[in-house]
Amino acid sequence: MPEAPHARHGARTRVVRGGSDRAATIVMWGIALLITAVFAWILGDLIRHGLPHLSWGFLTQAPSDAGRAGGIAPILVSTMLILGVCLVVSAPIGVGTAILLSEFSARGGWYARLVRRSLDVLAGVPSIVFGLFGNTLFSIYLGMGFSILSGGLTLACMVLPILIRSTEAGLRDVPDDYRKAGAALGLSQQAVIWRILLPAAAPGLLVGLVLGTGRALAETAALLFTSGYVDRMPESLLDSGRALSVHIYDLAMNVPGGTGRAYASALVLIVLLALINLVTAWLAEHWLHRRITRT
Amino acid sequence: MAHFAIVAALAGLAGCSGQRDAPAVQGELSGRLVISGSSTVAPLVAEIGKHFEKLHPRVRVDVQSGGSSRGIADVRRGTADIGMASRALKQEESDLVAHTIAADGITMIVHRSNPVAALDDAQVVSIYTGAAGNWSAVGGKDAPITVVSKAEGRSTLELFLSHFKLAANEVRPGIVIGDNLQGILTVAGDPNAIAYVSIGTARFEASSGRAIKLLPMNGVAPTVASVRDGSFPLSRPLNLLTHGPVAPLQQAFIDYARSVAMRPVVEALYFVPIAP
Amino acid sequence: MTLLWALRFLAAMAAGIIVLVVGFLIVESIPALRSVGLLRFINDPGWHPAAGALHGEFNLGPMLVGTLAAAGGAVLLATPLGLGSALFSRFYAPATAGRWYRRLVEVLAGIPSVVYGFWGLVVLAPLIGQWQPPGQSLLTGTLILTLMILPTVALLSEASLRSVPASYLRGTAALGLSRWASIHGVVLPAARGGILTSILLATGRALGETMALLMVTGNVVQVPRSMFDPVRMLTSNIALELGYAMDNHRSALFVSGLILMALIAALVAMAEWISDERLHA
Repeated sequence: MPEAPHARHGARTRVVRGGSDRAATIVMWGIALLITAVFAWILGDLIRHGLPHLSWGFLTQAPSDAGRAGGIAPILVSTMLILGVCLVVSAPIGVGTAILLSEFSARGGWYARLVRRSLDVLAGVPSIVFGLFGNTLFSIYLGMGFSILSGGLTLACMVLPILIRSTEAGLRDVPDDYRKAGAALGLSQQAVIWRILLPAAAPGLLVGLVLGTGRALAETAALLFTSGYVDRMPESLLDSGRALSVHIYDLAMNVPGGTGRAYASALVLIVLLALINLVTAWLAEHWLHRRITRT
Repeated sequence: MAHFAIVAALAGLAGCSGQRDAPAVQGELSGRLVISGSSTVAPLVAEIGKHFEKLHPRVRVDVQSGGSSRGIADVRRGTADIGMASRALKQEESDLVAHTIAADGITMIVHRSNPVAALDDAQVVSIYTGAAGNWSAVGGKDAPITVVSKAEGRSTLELFLSHFKLAANEVRPGIVIGDNLQGILTVAGDPNAIAYVSIGTARFEASSGRAIKLLPMNGVAPTVASVRDGSFPLSRPLNLLTHGPVAPLQQAFIDYARSVAMRPVVEALYFVPIAP
Repeated sequence: MTLLWALRFLAAMAAGIIVLVVGFLIVESIPALRSVGLLRFINDPGWHPAAGALHGEFNLGPMLVGTLAAAGGAVLLATPLGLGSALFSRFYAPATAGRWYRRLVEVLAGIPSVVYGFWGLVVLAPLIGQWQPPGQSLLTGTLILTLMILPTVALLSEASLRSVPASYLRGTAALGLSRWASIHGVVLPAARGGILTSILLATGRALGETMALLMVTGNVVQVPRSMFDPVRMLTSNIALELGYAMDNHRSALFVSGLILMALIAALVAMAEWISDERLHA
């Protein structure tokens, strides 16, 4: 007989009604275990071949002998700079567009539909096409040459669709009551957006940033043609700088004997991404959350 | 040029390299060399560039990848000072000058467990045109052959075709690959595969334990030495390309790349240094 | 009001990018379209573009089929897996385990395509090859692609699930519904919009993936007759041949990029039409 269920936030009911509920539970756990197992398999491979090459020196030295000796310090710096440019450029455009789509347009309005459709198509552009496009627009036409700036801007283009759609979804899911309450309190729409809606939409924004960062770090073909191949420590945003994913590709496929270090670099990339995600999540929880509860 | 001005202002904010602004010493080489092209040659030229920079501290050598055709286009357009190509120049490219800095032999490889020890030209042709579909037809075990060939346009493929006198659409590949290492990994993962790849890379991988073995070509063993003395029939040049008059900095770099001092660097990447 | 115009400007910039990209593709495709002609991209006997405009062959059909097959297969697999993953993380996992599991999926999203491709080439393809040679095939490509787009579906769907108001869940509990019944009957329909968006974005990613598929699909230009046949994707084709392609060959590769864009636009329009029908029905 089903017992009286307790309802709490994230309600996991204690009522089990045999058959489909139990089957569903098994399926969900099965899927999670499958994904974890595959990830463990890949990660295990990376660790087995890459760990012997990891060291403090690996993180702090410059590459030598075509990357088979030395480390990846300049490459890490270039990667972070490229990521920085990408996020600094895409975040305002992305959040702004999401706000427009969510707060200022009727759901079926033609402008909003056009923007959304363009973004969905943009999400499907092949990475190599982005690389060539970025090369033509940023490197050649705008005169930036092979540079970190060019790479970051190209990545910003790639990351925008997911950032915007995710933030928009987050904003749309904020209950209307918040907006009405803000209006009732006499707040301007700008204030409502900035102080109430955006913090409340933080989960959507966060997922967009995480997926965007992941995509940016994982991207190879686009960066090869824009931020380039030079593995020297960059001195300005206009210098060419090799991204970590490009370095991994070069070591794995182009340089004989570079496979071990390719694995090690991949491990560093994964750890880097995990760290960035942790920091982003922490920022979201503590900073935005504090803002909304204080007001 | 207005858009460049905006970008230059941004760069100014981000800080510029100061090294090139200090007054130059008489006769000392300085400036930036941009070299772009073949991804095969890029690691080699990047290494040479690093050595060159140590010799001439006021010089910056920037190497970019993107393929041989990109190198040719860039050096013609002036976007790069020197181009890199992993092949000889064609007739329609006579406006460029090629400076060979290394050679790369091409060998047939099979899986280590494959009992076949050698193949003659006719057998290779029959395998690659699909006439011999089974290893038993060329003296191996009873298993279908996985024919691995390179993508069209690649210099390795074109050398292969011209040596065995085949046309591109006569080849019946089972798998098409891009990089040498892709070919090696494919063969290492499939006991019935055969492929043609760079000798140097294959030698290195085989000696590191990868499950492949190299086949001799017409009785000549596929070694760096036999490519060097010319007895091995299949090899391609790795070239630096220039367009028009060659500036002193460019000439200095090309000469340095071809010098005896750079032989160990060439060999460290498993290419064949050119004879003096 | 300036806020509105500023936002409109930002949105125009975001939407304008695709216009620039398509314009770029068109400009680069013109030489091939002029000397080869659009019809030959469908009618020629094969793909041998290096022989030049007159003697070469430029059929993109088999590669289009390969792209659709791999991307379609990947979306079919990744949707239930990603949704299941999201449901697990939101409703079935114990609190801390769920958080770590989500971190794991987030990291999966950042693994470079070359790593997936390399792993596929060295581990997965030989395994599948033992079952049915040659190993590098449509199946291998589909599996690797599923792995790559899974995080997109999982993470975006989960965000959507999390935003279902707690009052809904309290309601289902008050009604005495089992966990699966409340998910199936209330939560999924409520989160439907976000889930569909995640599938659409994942499809885009699947169609645009280049590097990893280049290493595991075998790259033979043919219409696959079984899952185990090697195929070539339109994107792999561009990456494979661009570095060595001259003149018309290069331009032909951009034509294939343009056709891919048309494909995506068609899919997006279809998806919007379907979701409009369902949401307004």
